[in-house]
Order: sequence, then C-alpha cells, then structure tokens
Amino acid sequence: MALTDPSTLTVGEPDTMRNAPRRPQSRGRTILRKVLATKRARIGGGVLLFIILWAFLGPLLYPWSFTDQDGLAFSQPPSPSHWFGTNNIGQDVYVQTLVGLQKSLVIGLIVGPAAAIIAGLVGAIAGYVGGVWDKVIVWVIDLLLVIPGFFLLVLLSPVFKSLSWLALVVFLAIFGWMVLARVIRGQTMSLREREYVKAARFMGVPGFTIVRRHIIPNVASLLIIDATLGIGAAILSETTLSFFGFGVQAPDVSLGTLLAAGASAAVTRPWLFVFPAGILVITVLASSLLGDSLRDAIDPTSGANRD
Amino acid sequence: MIGFIARRLVNYLFLSAIATMLGYVLVSMTLQPAARFLGKNPPVPQSSIDAALDKMGVNPSVPILQRLWEWATQLVTTGSLGVSTRGTQVTADIIERSGTSLRLLIIGTILGAVIGVALGVWGAVRQYRASDQVITYASFTILATPVFVIGVVLMILATSLNQAVGTNVINFTGEYTAGLQGGFWTQFGDRAMHLLLPTITLTVGAVASYSRYQRSAMLDVMSADYIRTARSKGRTRGSAIIRHGVRVALIPMSTFFAYSFGLILTGASVTENVFSWHGMGEYLLTSVSNADINAATGTILFTSILVLIAGTLSDVIYAALDPRVRV
Repeated sequence: MALTDPSTLTVGEPDTMRNAPRRPQSRGRTILRKVLATKRARIGGGVLLFIILWAFLGPLLYPWSFTDQDGLAFSQPPSPSHWFGTNNIGQDVYVQTLVGLQKSLVIGLIVGPAAAIIAGLVGAIAGYVGGVWDKVIVWVIDLLLVIPGFFLLVLLSPVFKSLSWLALVVFLAIFGWMVLARVIRGQTMSLREREYVKAARFMGVPGFTIVRRHIIPNVASLLIIDATLGIGAAILSETTLSFFGFGVQAPDVSLGTLLAAGASAAVTRPWLFVFPAGILVITVLASSLLGDSLRDAIDPTSGANRD
Repeated sequence: MIGFIARRLVNYLFLSAIATMLGYVLVSMTLQPAARFLGKNPPVPQSSIDAALDKMGVNPSVPILQRLWEWATQLVTTGSLGVSTRGTQVTADIIERSGTSLRLLIIGTILGAVIGVALGVWGAVRQYRASDQVITYASFTILATPVFVIGVVLMILATSLNQAVGTNVINFTGEYTAGLQGGFWTQFGDRAMHLLLPTITLTVGAVASYSRYQRSAMLDVMSADYIRTARSKGRTRGSAIIRHGVRVALIPMSTFFAYSFGLILTGASVTENVFSWHGMGEYLLTSVSNADINAATGTILFTSILVLIAGTLSDVIYAALDPRVRV
C-alpha cells in the first residue's frame, strides 16, 4: 500500500500531472475512481447535483411563479395544482421552497470551500513555520474563538441586514475557518517531525514546497471533509440566523426565512414546515455524505490497516 | 504540568478580557441605541434622548474608547455591567438567567461528550459494519438538521403523544410550570420534565458531532505503525486499540472539545429560544433586537468566561493524555 500510495512519494504531483504519459494513473483520476466506487459518494454526489439542478430548473418548469398569489387557495394542503400546498396568502410553497433553496445553496457552495481554504493555509503556515508567526496566528484564532461565530454573527447582524445577502456570505466565511485551522496546525506540527519531512527539509526543499507537497496532502482529508461539510454547515448557520430574523432579509427568501414563517404553524399546517425542513436536511446530508466518502478515498491511511 | 495549565489559564484570562473589550467596541459600532427614540410622535426631545443614553453610558457622541474605559472601570470597581434598556441591572439579569442556561449546558456537554466518544470508537473499530453504518447515517442526519428543526420536530411529536394519551405527559414550554403547587420533589419532577426535550435537542447534536470526530481520529490512529507494532508483539486487537489507540485519538479530541464548545453554546441558545426558556440565549437575541449595548456586552463577557473554563478543562485533559506537554 505504502509503496504505491502517491501521497507518500517524494515526486512532486505537478510534475507527474504534466508528464501524464509516464504515469498513466494520475492522483486525481485514482481518487475520482475510488470516490465513485463507493455507494455513499454516488448517492451524496448524485443527490447534491440533482438538488442543485432542481433548485435552478424546477421553478422554470412549474406554472406558478415566486410572486404569484392564488386567490382561490389560501392555506391549502398539497394538491395536484400546488404540489407543496399554499401559505396563508395563497403563495405556492413548492416554488417558494425552490427559490429559498437557490439562495441557501449559493451561500453554502461559496462559504464552505472558502472557509476550508483559509483554514488550510493559515493552519499549515502556523504549524510549519512555527515561532512568532505561529504564536500570533494561534492568538488571533483563539481570540476569534472566544465568542462563538453564531453570537458574533447575531451581534453583527445590524451591519449585514442593511447590506445585501452577499455581506452575509462574507461574514459566514470569515467566522467559519478557525476550528479547522487549529486542527490543521496541530496535525502539521506533528507532521513536521516526520522523517520524510525532515529529509525534504535537509535536502533544501523550500518551506512552501514542503507545505504543498507533504503537509497539505496529509491534512487534505480534513480539508476536503471540511470544505464539503462546510457547504452544509454554512447552510445550517444561514438558516438558523434567518430563523431568528438575523440572516437573509425580505424580499430575499432562503430556507431559513421559510422555516421561520412555517414554524409557528408546524402543528396545524405541517406542509409549511415539513417540506422546506426536509429539503434542507437532504441537501446538507448529501454534502456530508460526499465529504465523508471523499475522506475515505483521499486519506492515504484510512482503512489501510483493517484486520 | 501545573505550570503548563497555569500559563494556559493566564493566556485564556487575557484572551477573554481582550475579546470582551473588542466585543464592547464591536457592539457599540453596530447597535444604534438612539434609534428607538427616533420617529416617535410626538418627537422625543434631544435632551431626554441624551439623558437616557448617558444613564446607560452608551451615548454615541462620547468616543467609544472613553465609554469602554468607563464601562471597564465600573465593572472592576463595582462589579456592575451597567443598566439595560429596560432599566434593570445587567449583572442581576445575568445572575438570574445563567442558572437556566448552565443547567442545560452542563448536562448537554457531559452527555454529549461521553456518548459521542463511545459511539465514535465503536464506529471506528467496526468500520463499514452494520453498526458503524447505522451510527454514521444517524449522526449524518442529525448533523444535517438545524437545532431549531430538531426542537420543533420534538415539540410536534410531544404534542401528538400528549394528544394520544389525553394528558400532558411531556410539558415543554418554558422552564417550569408557572404557579405549580407542591413540595420540592413535585417542583423537581416538573423541572426535570421540562428539561427533557431541550436536553435531547442539545445532546443529540453534540453526540453526532463528537462521534464523527472521534471516529475520524480513531481511524487515523488505527492505521498507524505503533498499533501494528502492538499487534505484532502479541497484544490482542482490543487491547491494542484501547491502550494505544483510544488514548492517542483522544488527544486531538481534547482540542476539539474546547473549540466545539462554541457550537454547544450556540445550540444551547437556539434550544432555549425554541423552547421559550428565559436564559442567556434569549438575552442575547433580545439585546440585539433592542439595541441594548450593555446587555449584549454582558452576554459576551458571560460567554467568554464559559469558553475560558472549557478551554482550561480541555488543556487539563490534553496534559493528562499527552506526556510530551508535561516536560
């Protein structure tokens, strides 16, 4: 296993990528093949892709639009003309849910990877460079972690409420990377003492190259899990903030604002709450399944030593 | 080891103080306490607005750093966090509400950590077997569900249970039944019953998240060379995993405990709001809605003290597990 494992070879990946004919089985393709081989990844990836397409194409293939009000159907349960029923002013819940889903998905797909990239860079630099840089970075991370991100976002909500939802995206990314950066830093510090990293250092490989070639691939599992899980986490943060009125503001809708509107009627008119909540859970679940199967495929050590 | 813990504690104290002060500045810049006096009919005279704002020490015409200095001196000398927009002392409000929040938090954290770690180890040891799959899918589903959805769903289920049975078996609104007569045990039982659904709401999330991380850390450890060495020198698989595996896998977990504490705090404040508990979570949200700078800063201070305690605890666990930090 260890001999054929590309991430433990000291040959740089970009070189092997460029000279593809010499190594027909590139790392990316190996990973892709391994990922697609697991059922979990196929389900997670397939469902996520379907939900993205559905959210953006669904409203086009449906007679009611987001702004329509059906004067003949107030608070109606699901029916052939209104698939998810209607709310108390006759708006169609199906199309409302899909439009809300669009916003939530866009927020998640931007914030998750952005936060993981910040975390990977900051964590690996702090852990590898050490010294003063490490102290300063850890101190800033700790400072940001003293107050939970949700509380900070609530406290900052007057700022982004007056701006567009894009401000919310920026704030979600800014407060989403610290925990992972700490974990990456810890991993990096132990990796720095490994023989192959020391060997590379003594051979004069520059620090940034070592980070890219040896540190990042070894923490990649954590980064990729978190980028993928981050999609879901960002959607969860956004819906929670919006549920309490601190997130996405009218006239924009997200799954959170829909759930806030539907929660009070959840017992008597469940379709207002159950459909958006169900789609929310399925979306986040799909991104988590994909993240987990990526971990199993990428991590050079996971599952290698099962009895 | 004592030195290590003490150094960390001083560091945390310093961090909490800085975080609270930065929080004060942040809140002073984002919240507009004068806004609620504007647009009134008849208009409120400027002198009354200034008097009300000065009483709270939040007049925007005074520079923020000067207000911060006055706020901090007042806190250090008299222990007062100032007056809220409703005219109450913030310190008294927090003392009154913290018990409610801490009850939920402490039970949720302990249950969540213990059950979560146990399930994580179990899942890693039995990777891809049926039990691991069940734990994995269950925790994925819970982690994919926002805390408020779990709360609302539990409330719907409890309502239908109550309707099916015909009496209120599970009371879930508020922290206790108002006006309930009876001795200590009646009151205790009533509060315990009210605690049931919020605790479940908070604990399932914590269990799901800890078990994922513990499983992940455990899998990294289980393919390590020293486990193979332990196996090859004749240890049984169980012994190698427990003695060499779990202990090492708990080291990254102890860091994760400290930093996931924020998630638990968030979960607890959401839970409180969903179940209409009058705790610190509600205090934070209403303070922002009321543009109440003193109450919001008080909440930040309370939170940073809790994070300080959780961080120190996690350092104690770290030092106990990892001999390298004890030198």
